[in-house]
Amino acid sequence: METPDNEKQEYNITVYTENQIGLLNRIAIIFTRRKINIDSLNTSPSEIESIHRFNIVITESEEVVRKLTRQIEKQVEVLKVYYHTNADVIWQELALYKVSTDVIAEKVSVERLLRENGARVVVLRKDYTVFETTGHREETDNLISILQPYGLIEFVRSARVAIIKDSEGFNSKLREFERLEPGEDVVENEYLNQGQKVFTM
Amino acid sequence: METQTITQELGEITKVKKPTIEVSGSVALLEALIVEGVETIFGYPGGAIMPIYDALYDYNDKLNHILVRHEQGGIHAGQGYARTSGKVGVVFATSGPGATNLVTGLADAQIDSTPLVCITGQVFAHLLGTDAFQETDVINITTPVTKWNYQVTDATKIPEVIAKAFYIAKSGRPGPVLIDITKNAQIQKFNYEGYVKCDHIRSYRPKPIVRPQYIQQAAELINQAKKPFIIWGQGVILGSAEQEFKAFVEKSGIPAAWTVLGAGAIPTDHPQNVGMLGMHGNYGPNVLTNECDVLIAIGMRFDDRVTGRLDKYAKQAKVIHLDIDPAEIDKNVKSTVPVWGDCKETLPLLTALVEQKPHTEWLNLFNEYTQKEVEAVIYDELNPTSGEMTMGEVIKQLNDITKGEAVIVTDVGQHQMVACRYAKLNKTRSNVTSGGLGTMGFALPAAIGAKFGAQERTVVAIIGDGGFQMTLQELGTIMQSGVDVKIIILNNRFLGMVRQWQELFNDRRYSFVDIQSPDFVMVAKGYGINGKTISEREHLASALNEMLDHKGSYLLEVMVTKENNVFPMVPQGCSVSEIRLK
Repeated sequence: METPDNEKQEYNITVYTENQIGLLNRIAIIFTRRKINIDSLNTSPSEIESIHRFNIVITESEEVVRKLTRQIEKQVEVLKVYYHTNADVIWQELALYKVSTDVIAEKVSVERLLRENGARVVVLRKDYTVFETTGHREETDNLISILQPYGLIEFVRSARVAIIKDSEGFNSKLREFERLEPGEDVVENEYLNQGQKVFTM
Repeated sequence: METQTITQELGEITKVKKPTIEVSGSVALLEALIVEGVETIFGYPGGAIMPIYDALYDYNDKLNHILVRHEQGGIHAGQGYARTSGKVGVVFATSGPGATNLVTGLADAQIDSTPLVCITGQVFAHLLGTDAFQETDVINITTPVTKWNYQVTDATKIPEVIAKAFYIAKSGRPGPVLIDITKNAQIQKFNYEGYVKCDHIRSYRPKPIVRPQYIQQAAELINQAKKPFIIWGQGVILGSAEQEFKAFVEKSGIPAAWTVLGAGAIPTDHPQNVGMLGMHGNYGPNVLTNECDVLIAIGMRFDDRVTGRLDKYAKQAKVIHLDIDPAEIDKNVKSTVPVWGDCKETLPLLTALVEQKPHTEWLNLFNEYTQKEVEAVIYDELNPTSGEMTMGEVIKQLNDITKGEAVIVTDVGQHQMVACRYAKLNKTRSNVTSGGLGTMGFALPAAIGAKFGAQERTVVAIIGDGGFQMTLQELGTIMQSGVDVKIIILNNRFLGMVRQWQELFNDRRYSFVDIQSPDFVMVAKGYGINGKTISEREHLASALNEMLDHKGSYLLEVMVTKENNVFPMVPQGCSVSEIRLK
């Protein structure tokens, strides 16, 4: 089921970094220099204090993605980079929808549609109601088209966050990084091992 | 006798609480530079870096500051210094235009892996983002062209950040680092505890771990090879692995060719040194790249000027790639065996496993190609008897006098290719040129730095009439510092390399390559530098001798033939085997 190296598809790039001003730019220009569009970018603190995690989604061939990850990992403040196809990750995007409360109250069908799409109410006010859903792009898109005829007031969607299926030991490896004192060497450093699936850091 | 530095007075930092001394951020910076072994700084003062220059006033006996005439000259000098000395070049510039003038040099140092620490002044922290006088966002401007950069707004961070800067600049694959220090941090007093050098950053791995299985695989490929070919780059020099490299070459008996930046890692006349690679490289190395069975690339990055058309590059060969930067492996040329690691460590491991072989026949094939090239190109270029002088004969005459002992600094263009092709280099760190970026105007300031980096050596800058006019203000730096640099201008009254391309590929439509020059000798005289112009072959040897014997800097302008072309040439978009002899 291997896809050829030069076939474009969505890739999820996971980057562990130090929390450093300017690093976002340093990573972003690796893509922009090569005229590669970033489809989605999420950055937030990881479970380990002071280590941040980026989730970047791009549509490219594996060969390009492999080269990009090496360029990213080369940055001084980047701890580790991985890339995965959509099949290798579980991912979600969060979407918020604001609709007029009057419309919802009047039309029973809206409530049913929202229920069917797994939307939850976040805020309920006299004048408007905010729903949220999480899901893949098609799912959140679907709800937009459903709500459009009923006067969708505002819509916003988050970047993708993704969990890697084959990530046994991630947390403990990160903890190792946390413990590292100056002078000690990191034992493992290869993501370059061909065809390797095992998590190493 | 030199006075003690503040850091020396404080002594080593130990776990026991140490007394501290109150110093300014500026003083902490200079103390840091001294501990890092910095002797020479190239710089230019300005408003936002004044506190550092004020502190420098008291450090005159410990730090030699060279006042340049333009910040670009400063950073190229820093590069020249780093190239000949193997140390980190240090450059000071002020904020705004001072900092933006560094950008060309940073890009040059980044692509040529030159270790630099550049210190720029910045406006007060409270003025950041207000479009203050001489404020530019130097961190963001320089991010793509630095290995690392950082803005300091608090003096207490200065020792730690400078320590990181030096560690990052020189470790692993070297590169330029820029530290931007706001004026308030330069002025701010704090309790200085001394300076600790950095030897570890948890997110940074300067060199990959050496994998014995790849060494093993590489050795097996080499031992089975009938026609193995070594191509080496600056990595050998940057890794100080010249001895290890020589041992590998000599034991394996394999012919070896160099990239422009690798020149001199083993002497030009080493019997296994078969010449230069790339667009204007030698005939044999280019053609035989496409005939070898195992290509061993050491500390080089398969630049397009080396490979020519990539899909027709060494397709028949198994490729072994030794590099310290994992991002270079498989970037341009797919390797069969990736030997990542510092070649100072990997080469001895490989040497131990390779069999001793003469490869006589294969080496002779290179010599046959050399013979063809001598007949078609080299002999006439180096030994003309009539007509105007050629660039090649100037280099040959220079070789005859310096015997290959001089540092050769070149600018960019035809003279650069001719000098790289023909200059005899006996020693490593003898070839200083702008390789990856191709920065015209590089040579004059780089030669100044090269001399400070190798005071005991003769430094000869070979520059075209175009490139010289890009940074000729640095003659002022030569005048004031008294540095001894020999300058040869090879004047063909053209922007020669562009003209050559226009002749060959644009039907001789000479669009804006006809450049006029001032009287260079008179300009030099204005700066108190002696000089001479020659246009007759019979004066060449004596003029070169006069230049080299002269005490202090000297400018020799040699009028050379106007429309000479550099050959051989691999035209753009062509395979290395399509190299043209004329």
